[in-house]
Amino acid sequence: MGSLFKHREIWLAAAIALMVALVAVRFPAFATPARLLSVFNDYSILIVLALGQMVVILTRSIDLSMASNLAFTGMAVAMTNAAFPEVPVAALIVMALAIGATLGAFNGILVWKLGIPPIVVTLGTLTVFRGATFVLSGGAWVNADRMSASFIALQRGTLLGLPVLSWFAIATIAIFYLLMTRTSLGRSVYAAGVNPTASVYAGIDVGRTKFVAFVISGTVAGLCGYLWVSRFVIASTEVANGYELSIIAACVIGGVSIAGGVGTVAGVVLGALFLGIIGSALPVINVSPFWQLAISGAAIILAVVLNARGEKRQGRIILRKAAA
Amino acid sequence: MTTATLTSRRIPDRLDRPLTSAIFSWEMLLVVVAIAIFVANSLASPYFLNAWSLSDLTFNFVEKGLIALAMALLIIAGEIDLSVAAIIALASTIMGLALQYGVGTPGLVLVGLSVGLACGAFNGLLVTRLALPSIVVTIGTMSLFRGIAYIVLGDQAYRGYPPSFAFFGQGYVWWVISFEIVLFCAMAVVFWFLLHRTSFGRTVFVIGNNPVAAAFSGVRVERVKFILFCLTGLMAGVASVLLTSRLGSTRPSIAQGYELEVITMVVLGGVSILGGSGSIIGVVLAAIIMGLVTFGLGLLNVPGIVMSIFIGLLLITVIALPILWRRLREGTPA
Repeated sequence: MGSLFKHREIWLAAAIALMVALVAVRFPAFATPARLLSVFNDYSILIVLALGQMVVILTRSIDLSMASNLAFTGMAVAMTNAAFPEVPVAALIVMALAIGATLGAFNGILVWKLGIPPIVVTLGTLTVFRGATFVLSGGAWVNADRMSASFIALQRGTLLGLPVLSWFAIATIAIFYLLMTRTSLGRSVYAAGVNPTASVYAGIDVGRTKFVAFVISGTVAGLCGYLWVSRFVIASTEVANGYELSIIAACVIGGVSIAGGVGTVAGVVLGALFLGIIGSALPVINVSPFWQLAISGAAIILAVVLNARGEKRQGRIILRKAAA
Repeated sequence: MTTATLTSRRIPDRLDRPLTSAIFSWEMLLVVVAIAIFVANSLASPYFLNAWSLSDLTFNFVEKGLIALAMALLIIAGEIDLSVAAIIALASTIMGLALQYGVGTPGLVLVGLSVGLACGAFNGLLVTRLALPSIVVTIGTMSLFRGIAYIVLGDQAYRGYPPSFAFFGQGYVWWVISFEIVLFCAMAVVFWFLLHRTSFGRTVFVIGNNPVAAAFSGVRVERVKFILFCLTGLMAGVASVLLTSRLGSTRPSIAQGYELEVITMVVLGGVSILGGSGSIIGVVLAAIIMGLVTFGLGLLNVPGIVMSIFIGLLLITVIALPILWRRLREGTPA
């Protein structure tokens, strides 16, 4: 029992349960399974994106371009659907994955082959991808009336009582769990983040691992491009503007260390759900939605402070004292 | 490979440089790029070469450039502040709030600067006292500061700033020389002196290159970093006064996305994002280049979002070219 509570995921799950309970005291309807499942569905896209971001952060990198990648891919898929309604949705999803992976590979190549710091590369592609979305669409929107029925309907359908969108998230969680805990790629990702120099000696190509991580985050962003556009039934240049920070916030709250090497799939899912519960609870308890930004900001800071306390014990405390 | 990240960190700011290295320096490259864009602008638009156009151009980069000056020092010291745009929004909102209570122009400026300083100090305390990574802390405070602005203002806006307040963002000192550009030049000199001619500036470089060695050499690492966060916050406060005065109104969405443009300026200016090297002259040149690009494309009726492609590509190519060049020269044995 004692070792159980050392895990950050347990604390995070407890915090989420506590929040739900507090809201449920006054508004019992909030804690019903149906309601909670709809929160999960609403934040499925954030969960999927945050998992992709986690892999990148684990390798001591960061991907600021995910939301722009999402916007570009979403626009490309929506425009294809509008122009050729007969193309099946499955093909469009494959197309979204491919475009996303290509954009991710572009980031990855610059990081791997040129050794440019990831924050610089993705800061650049953040603006380039979104600008490219505008060029692609000419600034026009793709609205519901130009999308085919199956394009919109797929993720709204239900399977075993759950919306298909939720199944997308569940499948992604399962794939990432297996990837991070059961494959050599997952091990390399952690190793490259914990100690890049030792990883090189152990025969891990750190640069290539980072490249693969960027391809993964790009692929995931591409998938979410389709999911986002078909869920909100609009594709525009402004789609998911600024969302990259929510994605990183979900990772940080979930206990992913920005210094690399630390973080789990379960933690990230809970981190995204934490933001989801806050976002869904505020309107229920009659707090103006204008409070949401400040509250999630405070939550991020609190999470980092708590994370740092957990990590401090293993840190090089002698140097800290010398510095103070 | 890991060596790639190590070699990109050049030995900074050598005391006695040979003349040849000055000619082939990053700053010279930026000067060439700036002149090229200037010439291209003059050829592309007949409206460009005109004293008033050139004066208007400066409004494009001065507010961001002022923050970039302080941000350069912070990044050289190995930290970063993503919350600067949110500080602008919060400072502007509190200024608007003070206006509702009848505070006059000097009071408004004081409020703007104080809020900026306080926000910077808050970031600095979290980073130095609790030993937290600045990129995460400032992502948090970025939401927090702008969030507070939204709580205060909602979907409303503050207007009706006094006419005397408009001078800071709209006034001219002499002919086409605006107050903003005079302030920018003055601050550039101040920051150049601070970074390149004082012992404080030396410690900033030392911390960026090796914080542990700095601590053991008797540099008060945490205190210097705290001061740099305060300085960055203060400059964001200054930018907030200028921007609020120029726009004449406050909305909580003011200065959205500025943080990325400021960091682009700093990196384009040759400051290593890994810390430890950079120069103020480079940052000033980068600010001018970004002003030239956006203004020139604006004259050609290119929409802002397309301009951002140019800025993004400029950032990546300017960083990538020297690396490719070095790779090419090392690849062919002499």
